[in-house]
Amino acid sequence: MVEMVALRDAYGHALVDLGEQDERVVAVDADLASSSKMSLFAEAFPERFFQMGIAEQNMTGVAAGLAAVGFVPFTNSFACFATLRATDQIRTSIAQPRLPVIIGGAYSGLLAGKTGKTHQAIEDIAVMRALPNMTVVAPGDGVEARKAVFAVADYGAPVYLRMTRDPSPVVFEESYDFRIGRAALVREGTDVTVITTGVMVGRAVAAADLLAVEGVSLHLLHVHTVKPLDVAAVVAAAEKTGLVVTAEEHNVIGGLGGAVAEALGEHRPTPMKRVGVADVWSESAANDDLLQKYGLTAGHIVQAARSLMEQRAAPTQP
Amino acid sequence: MANPDRDESLAEIAHDLRGLVVETLCHAQAGHPGGSLSAAEILTALFFSVMRIDPRRPDWVERDRFILSKGHAAPVYYAALARRGYFPEEMLQTYDELDSLLQGHPDMRCPGVDMSSGSLGQGLSVGLGMALGLRLKAIDARVFVVLGDGELQEGQVWEAAMAAPKFGLDNLVAIVDDNRVQLMGDTAAVMPIEPVAEKWRAFNWHVLEVDGHDPAAIVEACAAAAREKGRPTAIVARTVKGKGVSFMENTHKWHCALVTGDVMEKALTELCVREVR
Repeated sequence: MVEMVALRDAYGHALVDLGEQDERVVAVDADLASSSKMSLFAEAFPERFFQMGIAEQNMTGVAAGLAAVGFVPFTNSFACFATLRATDQIRTSIAQPRLPVIIGGAYSGLLAGKTGKTHQAIEDIAVMRALPNMTVVAPGDGVEARKAVFAVADYGAPVYLRMTRDPSPVVFEESYDFRIGRAALVREGTDVTVITTGVMVGRAVAAADLLAVEGVSLHLLHVHTVKPLDVAAVVAAAEKTGLVVTAEEHNVIGGLGGAVAEALGEHRPTPMKRVGVADVWSESAANDDLLQKYGLTAGHIVQAARSLMEQRAAPTQP
Repeated sequence: MANPDRDESLAEIAHDLRGLVVETLCHAQAGHPGGSLSAAEILTALFFSVMRIDPRRPDWVERDRFILSKGHAAPVYYAALARRGYFPEEMLQTYDELDSLLQGHPDMRCPGVDMSSGSLGQGLSVGLGMALGLRLKAIDARVFVVLGDGELQEGQVWEAAMAAPKFGLDNLVAIVDDNRVQLMGDTAAVMPIEPVAEKWRAFNWHVLEVDGHDPAAIVEACAAAAREKGRPTAIVARTVKGKGVSFMENTHKWHCALVTGDVMEKALTELCVREVR
């Protein structure tokens, strides 16, 4: 039985432990701390938690001001609002002056608790990735989420930290050496490379298990830091098999698939398939139904890998 | 409080800043004259009397903070910083040039610039964050944010205006350079924001209204802000867009028009501050 942990739970507890170690850490919220579990920090350190109400632009600017006088602020909203409602505030008041604010995006991807397209975030990685000075971190499980909280607080520069709501399989060991900007090799394989970000890593592990039964071996690289991309690791992973599937709970445009395609296009052109949301708005429904309809399951990763292998076997066919 | 200009009247300094603004704009062939000239006394009062600052230590932790939320008035900001000794006056000639610290809109890399700005509506939120942070650190410094009246059309200003009194930030002062004119015309026509003072009062601020071209009145209002405990102060400074150069006054045409050599000569003749270089 695979252990399941919600990233938000890991996040909330990690924030409390971080807050105990580091007095520079403060938190600002736009009325969603109980959803993201930042509320645990608020209960532990009420004097370092600032409730700004439903006003993401102001919250983001306040974080910039706190950073400008020496604090390390974490902002808090759903990923869509944190990054999009306050994009210009992130750009002008955080990214341009390179202030060490952590933009906390809860409920990223499609699994936003049956709230639908307004509350899902499928474009946040693309938008944040386009901002100079911005680092983009999307942890894949509870272990990574916890480690990422500590790492981003010491990073000294703006970071977008992309979290999720519901329980995800635990993939990494507690002893795992998480470093911002360094991709993690999850599984060695020989047939097709799968590159993941965020919680897609758990689905990719499941896909690897499914294909192993058929004798197909996946090489699995997890890119928790979409920017700066670990280009050397991506190129090496592509060279390992000559076929690359990217997998992300995000639009196929501008996110991990885009970043990997850019890197491979320049350094090591490789046949690719991008597993992700196919540039459409999603809807409100049960998690499994959403993942199935919008192409984000282990099965979709399996299909993409098979399709690439078939293309390689018969390169002249369309 | 160390003030190298204590023997010079604030009015004279403001006048001198206007000359520097006109020269800077002409040299760069870019920038915003109207909103720079209207803010001359406000910046003079802050940088030459009110604020606890030390130009030799621009990063001094206990200094008062200043944010020019109406970042397009950068020329008068730079003039004030140069005149106050943060950098040599000759550096004003690099305004808007490649690799210069004096960017078209203020950038924190420049000594004396506590916050980058330029996209309107953002400075008060940042000032609120600074004020919260300074209080948390038990530093008794104050935070001054200068906004334009046109800028008050940005919704974020009112998000910040709502939040600052909640936190009882009596170390935060917002000063509105209320010059009644914006890029496309009179503020009243583009998008009315009056009654400005009543709006701040309704958001639970301590509100003072002053003649924004009377440095002593601005200094006194800032002193009154310091005496007011438990809530932030908004100073609505009634000003004239383009103040000091007759043909630039009260018109949107000089919001961001080019200051040619001829224009500079006429302006400086009116200002009578120095020889035309």
